[in-house]
Amino acid sequence: MSEYNFAYLDEQTKRMIRRAILKGLAIPGYQVPFASREMPMPYGWGTGGVQVSAAALTPDDTLKVIDQGADDTTNAVSIRKFFERTAGVATTEETERASIIQTRHRIPEAALREDQILVYQVPIPEPLRFLEPRETETRKMHSLEEYGLMHVKLYEDISQHGQIATSYAYPVKVEGRYVMDPSPIPKFDNPKLEMAAIQLFGAGREQRIYAVPPYTKVVSLDFEDYPFEATKADHACDLCAAADSYLDEVIMDDAGGRMFVCSDTDYCRSRRAAGHVGRLGSEAPLSTGPEAA
Amino acid sequence: MTASMTPDTTDIYSGGFADPAVASAHGFRAAMDVMARPGTWRSLTGARAPAGLSEAAATLLLTLCDPETGVYLAQDVDSAALRGWLTFHTGAPLVPATEADFAVGGWDALMPLDQFRIGCSQYPDRSATLVVELPERRAPNATLTGPGIKDSARLYLPDSAALQRNAMLYPLGVDLFFTSGADVAALPRSTQITQGG
Repeated sequence: MSEYNFAYLDEQTKRMIRRAILKGLAIPGYQVPFASREMPMPYGWGTGGVQVSAAALTPDDTLKVIDQGADDTTNAVSIRKFFERTAGVATTEETERASIIQTRHRIPEAALREDQILVYQVPIPEPLRFLEPRETETRKMHSLEEYGLMHVKLYEDISQHGQIATSYAYPVKVEGRYVMDPSPIPKFDNPKLEMAAIQLFGAGREQRIYAVPPYTKVVSLDFEDYPFEATKADHACDLCAAADSYLDEVIMDDAGGRMFVCSDTDYCRSRRAAGHVGRLGSEAPLSTGPEAA
Repeated sequence: MTASMTPDTTDIYSGGFADPAVASAHGFRAAMDVMARPGTWRSLTGARAPAGLSEAAATLLLTLCDPETGVYLAQDVDSAALRGWLTFHTGAPLVPATEADFAVGGWDALMPLDQFRIGCSQYPDRSATLVVELPERRAPNATLTGPGIKDSARLYLPDSAALQRNAMLYPLGVDLFFTSGADVAALPRSTQITQGG
């Protein structure tokens, strides 16, 4: 603990990140450049989210980290341990008990509250990047509110596939002004982007921070005759029987056997603890409860 | 610094954060919370500046300012003691209003609003943040809507018309903190303002 400054980063770096977060909140959806630092983990492992979390944490916080909805994958475990060690904060796997949730590619199923903060790890913050590789051009397109290219992309989806085939990192327009990449969350999660909690987005390699304040209008781009649709696998969870949660498909054997399970492990666990049993589920063993006291 | 500006050294070295990392973390959370929820007040404590600056404004400056941010002190708060205090605790250079990242003072002393940087269309974040000292928390006289506000919020604004003009510049414009005693509220450029209501 004492070998590190609180939450690892030095104070001047945190101030720089904090100023970027404040400007990001004042201009929802606009990507604020920031001087991203090297972190003791590789790019692609959430260095942007980690820096934003480090700048936002106080010793009183309870931190939850999820990777594709799961608390127990390598990325989530290592980031949780990182902040346990460098910030000494409490951690939890329960969405309800967390004050800050760092996430890779999911929004928790449970509705977040006003006193919670959701920090996203973002790989490519620029929604126009795969359509226009030059930063000088995309910056100009944002400044002129020139988003025709994005609609052409969605239109080409329809002409080739008969529907908008973009299924994750689905572009949104924030408060009627900036088109924003919501990070690679499934489009199932897009309607949840209008929430009571503060949402902060950090892209470490690309050196951008952006934000969505609570109750900000976030609209998924679409067409009148091809309206946006939040989709998920057409099943119920095989462990907890939830019909309303985003599902992972798990291959069980070489004979085509498969099961569908909630990608949000805490949501699934709490439902099983409440007695819900899915097709392949059994009564939840009590030992799988959250590790944090 | 000229001889007449030599600060009273008994004041300027005290009043900093007792535990900088933790105090500034709490300070930032209050600042972020009010910027994300225009119209709400939060308590903001931890720093004491020489006479003339509220605890909330002093804490905000120590939380956000360093050698990379130019600070403008409006005439009503500008003093040799405050300059010395700010320099000792943050290292922030003191700059004219037109170059400021942060500007501190009472509303009238900070005016005109259009002297501050509002960013440019490709980088609207390169704009000033005003820390407006209010002598007291007065009854709200404006209704706010927009990002961060569930239905609507109410806040006292010193000049709704000038701030409406600022909001019309969106996505350009300045962002404001209002400080009074140990309390802080904020008004980002994204907020729509209705007078009275």
